[in-house]
Amino acid sequence: MTEMVFGTVRASAGEPVIPRWWRTIDKWTLFGVLLLFGIGLLLALAASVPLAEKNGLPPFYYVIRQVFFGGVALAVMLLLSMMSPDQVRRLGVIGFLAAFAALVFLPFLGTDFGKGAIRWYSLGFASFQPSEFLKPGFVVLTGWLMAAAQDVGGPPGRLYSFILTVVIVVMLAVQPDFGQACLILFSWGVIYFVAGAPFMLLTVIASLAVAGGVAAYNASEHFARRIDGFLSADIDPRTQIGYATNAIQEGGFFGVGVGEGTVKWQLPDAHTDFIIAVAAEEYGLVLVLGIIALYCAVTVRSLFRLMKERDPFTRLAGTGLACAFGVQAMINMGVAVRLLPAKGMTLPFVSYGGSSVIASGIALGMLLALTRSRPQGEIGDIFLKRRR
Amino acid sequence: MTRIPLRPLARILSARNRGENPDVIERENIRLRNEAVRDKARLRAEGRLLVLGVLFVAAFGAVGARMGLLAATVPVEPEVSMGGNSILAQRADIVDRQGRVLATNLVTHSLYAQPRLMVDPQGSAKKLVQIFPDLDEKRLVADFTGAKKFLWLRKRISPEQMQMVHEIGDPGLLFGPREMRLYPNGSLAAHVLGGASFGREGVHSAEVIGTAGVEKTFDGWLRDPANNGAPLQLSLDLTVQSTVEDVLAGGMKLMNAKGAAAVLMDVHTGEVVALASLPDFDPNTRPQPLVKGDPSDSPLFNRAIQGVYELGSTFKIFAVGQALELGLVNPQTMIDTKSPMIWGRHRIRDFHNYGAQLSVTEVIAKSSNVGTAHIALMIGADRQQAFFKSLGLMEPVPLEIAEAAAGKPILPKRWPDITTITTSYGHGISDSPLHLAAAYATMTNGGTRVVPTLLKTDKVQKGERVISEATSVKVRDLLRQVVVRGTASMGEVPGYSVAGKTGTADKTKPNGGYYEDKVVTTFASVFPSTDPKYVLIVSLDEPVETSGTEPRRTAGWTSVPVGAEIIRRVAPLLGLRPSVEPVATAAVTLAGN
Repeated sequence: MTEMVFGTVRASAGEPVIPRWWRTIDKWTLFGVLLLFGIGLLLALAASVPLAEKNGLPPFYYVIRQVFFGGVALAVMLLLSMMSPDQVRRLGVIGFLAAFAALVFLPFLGTDFGKGAIRWYSLGFASFQPSEFLKPGFVVLTGWLMAAAQDVGGPPGRLYSFILTVVIVVMLAVQPDFGQACLILFSWGVIYFVAGAPFMLLTVIASLAVAGGVAAYNASEHFARRIDGFLSADIDPRTQIGYATNAIQEGGFFGVGVGEGTVKWQLPDAHTDFIIAVAAEEYGLVLVLGIIALYCAVTVRSLFRLMKERDPFTRLAGTGLACAFGVQAMINMGVAVRLLPAKGMTLPFVSYGGSSVIASGIALGMLLALTRSRPQGEIGDIFLKRRR
Repeated sequence: MTRIPLRPLARILSARNRGENPDVIERENIRLRNEAVRDKARLRAEGRLLVLGVLFVAAFGAVGARMGLLAATVPVEPEVSMGGNSILAQRADIVDRQGRVLATNLVTHSLYAQPRLMVDPQGSAKKLVQIFPDLDEKRLVADFTGAKKFLWLRKRISPEQMQMVHEIGDPGLLFGPREMRLYPNGSLAAHVLGGASFGREGVHSAEVIGTAGVEKTFDGWLRDPANNGAPLQLSLDLTVQSTVEDVLAGGMKLMNAKGAAAVLMDVHTGEVVALASLPDFDPNTRPQPLVKGDPSDSPLFNRAIQGVYELGSTFKIFAVGQALELGLVNPQTMIDTKSPMIWGRHRIRDFHNYGAQLSVTEVIAKSSNVGTAHIALMIGADRQQAFFKSLGLMEPVPLEIAEAAAGKPILPKRWPDITTITTSYGHGISDSPLHLAAAYATMTNGGTRVVPTLLKTDKVQKGERVISEATSVKVRDLLRQVVVRGTASMGEVPGYSVAGKTGTADKTKPNGGYYEDKVVTTFASVFPSTDPKYVLIVSLDEPVETSGTEPRRTAGWTSVPVGAEIIRRVAPLLGLRPSVEPVATAAVTLAGN
C-alpha cells in the first residue's frame, strides 16, 4: 500500500561513496604512499633519536609525534581523495588564499628558529611552514587558470598565473628559501609545458632561469657558498654532503645494520634533509632503491593516468601535483648523492616534520582525487577519428 | 574596444535575413571550436606527459645509479681527502744583510688524541701526566672516555717528549708535524723581527703567521709560494746589531737607566744597520702584551720607534742649519744669549749663563737655549714648521715594521712664537730616536731627504733636497765642534772624527708638567764628520751617573760615553778606516775663537 500511495523508495542516484572511491582510486599510488609513510616511520625510529637525546626528550618522542602527524596527514589524504575535481578546485583555491595570506604576514609574525631564514610560524606545540601548504593550492590554482585560458574567449590565465608565480618566488627568495622558490617555479613550468607552451618560449624561460641563478649566485653569499661546495672537485669531509656521502659508502649494498649507523649523530639535519643518508647507511642500497622506485612509481603512474584525462583542469592540476611531489623527492635524494647542489628540501612522507607530512598528505590527496578513473567519453575519440 | 567578427559570417547573415536569432549559431560555433581546441590540447598534452614521464624515470634512474655507484665504492678515511683547504706551511727565512739567518723554521711535532682508538685511557692519562706535569689527569681521563673524538694535547713537543709518548704505546695518541718559527739568535733584533704564532691548525700542518715586526709587515710575502722560498734580506748586520745591543745593555746598567734605545743608520741609503731597544724579549717565547699600566713598561715596547719623547737640545741643529741655509746667520754671527730670556710670561734659561753674546758655533757647542731661541725667532713659525716637515719630524716614520705607525710624533696644537722658541731646542715636540736618525742623516749627508728602511738596498737615496751641500758641510763642522770642545767631549773616538749633539730633556708627567729628576738623554752623532757614512742615535731613559759627588743626568755624562763606545767598537766592523783629523776643520775652530 505504502508503495502504491507514495511510490517506490527512490534508489540513490549513484553507487555508495566508499565503494565507488575504492573502485576508481589509483590503488598502486595509494599503496605506494602508505608504504613510503611506513618507511618514514621506520627511519624516524633510527634518525630522530639523536635529536631527541640532544633536546633531552625521551628517545622516541619524535617518532610518536610523527605517528600523530602522519595519522592526521593520511586522514586528510583519504578525505581529499574522495572529492570530485570541482571540490578539489574550490578547496585548493581557498587553501591557496589562506596560505598566501600566511606567507605575506610571515616577515612580521614568523620566527626563524635560529636558522637564519624566517620560514615558520611557531604554534607552541608545533611549527607551521606556510610555503609547504602553499604548493598544492598554488598548483591547483595555476591548473585552473591555465585550463580556463584554453577556452575560446577565456581569461588570460597564463599571464595571471605567471604574475602570481613571480610574486611568490620573489617572496620566497627574500626569506630566503630558494628551494621552495625553485619548486614553485618548476611546478608552474611543468603545468605550462603540458598546457601547450610554445617551444621557443620554453627555451627563453630556461635561459632566464639560468641567468637568475647566476644573479642569485652573485647576490647571495648563502647561495654562492652552497654552489661552490657543489662545484669543488673533491668533497670536504666536514660538510653535510661529505658526511652523507661517507654514510652511503659505509652502508654499501645491505647496510651496516639497524641502529648501527653513525651519520645520524653527526648531521644536524639527519632526520629531515638527509634522511636518505641514514637509510643508506643502516639499511643499504636495497632500501634506497626501493624508496626511489616508490617515488618514481607514484609520479610516473599518476602522469600515465593523467594522459587519458580529458578535462583540462584535472589534467593540468594533476600534472603539477605529481611533478612537484616527484621533483621534491628527486632533489632531496639528488643532493645526498651530490647530483645537485645542497638545498633544504624534505623527502615527502619520509622526512620528519609536521608541516611537511601534512602538506604532502594534502597534495597527494588532491592528486589521488584527480587521478581517479572517470568516464572519459572515449566514444568521442572514435567520432573524432571518423570525422577526419 | 575591438570588435570580434561573428562567425561563421555567411550563416549568420543568412539567418538574419530569415529573421532567426544568430546567437544560437554563434554559440554552437564556439562550442565546436572549443572542442577542437581541447582535442588538440589533449593530444599535445598526451605527448608532453609522456615526455615528462620518461624524464622522471631517467632522473630517478640517475639518482639510483649514483646511489649504487657510491654504495659500491669503499669509504675512505676523511683525513685523506683534505683537499681544497690545505695549509701552506712553508714560511721563508729572514736573513741579515750578509745572509746570516735571523729567523727560520724547525719541524717539531704536535700531539693529539683520538680517544676512540685508545686501548687504555686511564693508564695513558697517568703516563701522559708524568711527561707533561701541567696536564690534569682527571680531566684527561674524562676527555678520553667521553664523547670526544679528537682533542689536542700539545701544540709543540720536543723530540724527547715525543719519544716518551711513543713509549706509552697507545694507538690513540698521535703526532702531527708542526713547523714552528725559530729565532736562532734569541733576543737579538727582537723588536725588528717581532714574532710569529700559529694561525689555522690542522692535523698535518699549521699556518704560521707573523704577529709583529717585519714578520707581520711581510707576512704575505714570506708565505707567498711564488717566491720559491727566497729569504727576506734585511738591512740589519748581525754582528753590528749584537755589538750595539751589548754596549747599550752595559751602558744602561752603568747609567742606572730603566730603558735604552739605539739606531744605527746609513746616511746615504737609509738602511738601518742596527736597531736596539732595551729591555728586550725572546721572540721564540714572545711575552703577552700588558693589559694595564703604561705600555712602555713592557719589553715589547720598541723605544727606538714607538718611544716618542721630547728630544731636547738635539733639535738645536735644525734651527741653526735652517738659519744657515736661509742666509740669516753664518757660523761666526754673534747671537744674544743673555739668560734668562723673557718672552711673555715665559723665562728661557741656559744650563749655565754664557754671557751676553755667543757665536753661532758656540751656541751649538755650548748648547745655548737662549741663542737658539733668538735664531728660531729670526726664522719664524711657518718656515720652521715647513722645515720640520721636510725632515720627516711631523709624521710617523714609514719603516717596514708593524709598530712604525704607532711612532706618531706628538706635535704642538698651536704654533705661536713661544712654540717656535721651545721646539727649536726640542721641547713641546716629541719624536722617536728613529725620527732623529732620519733627520740627522738628511742634515749631514749633503742635504737630501733620507727615509729609513729595513730592507737591504745598497742604493743611495736620491731624496728631495732639504738644505744645500754647502750648508750640510757647515752643519757637520758645527756638530764636530760639539764633540771637540762642547757638551759631547766624551764622544771623541780617535780616528773616527765623531760629530754630534747632545740632548737632555726632562720627562713629561702623564698629567702635565715636567719631572725634576727624570730625564731622557740623547746623543745624536754622525761619523766620520769629514764624509759622514753613518748616523747613530743613543737614547737613555732616566739615566743617573753617580760616580761624582752629585748625581749627573746630562747627556754629556750618560748617553755620550755609551755612544762613543758603540762607535769605537762598531766602526771597524762597518769597514771604516781610522784617519787623522783633517786640518781644515781645525782652521774653522780657530776662526770661531
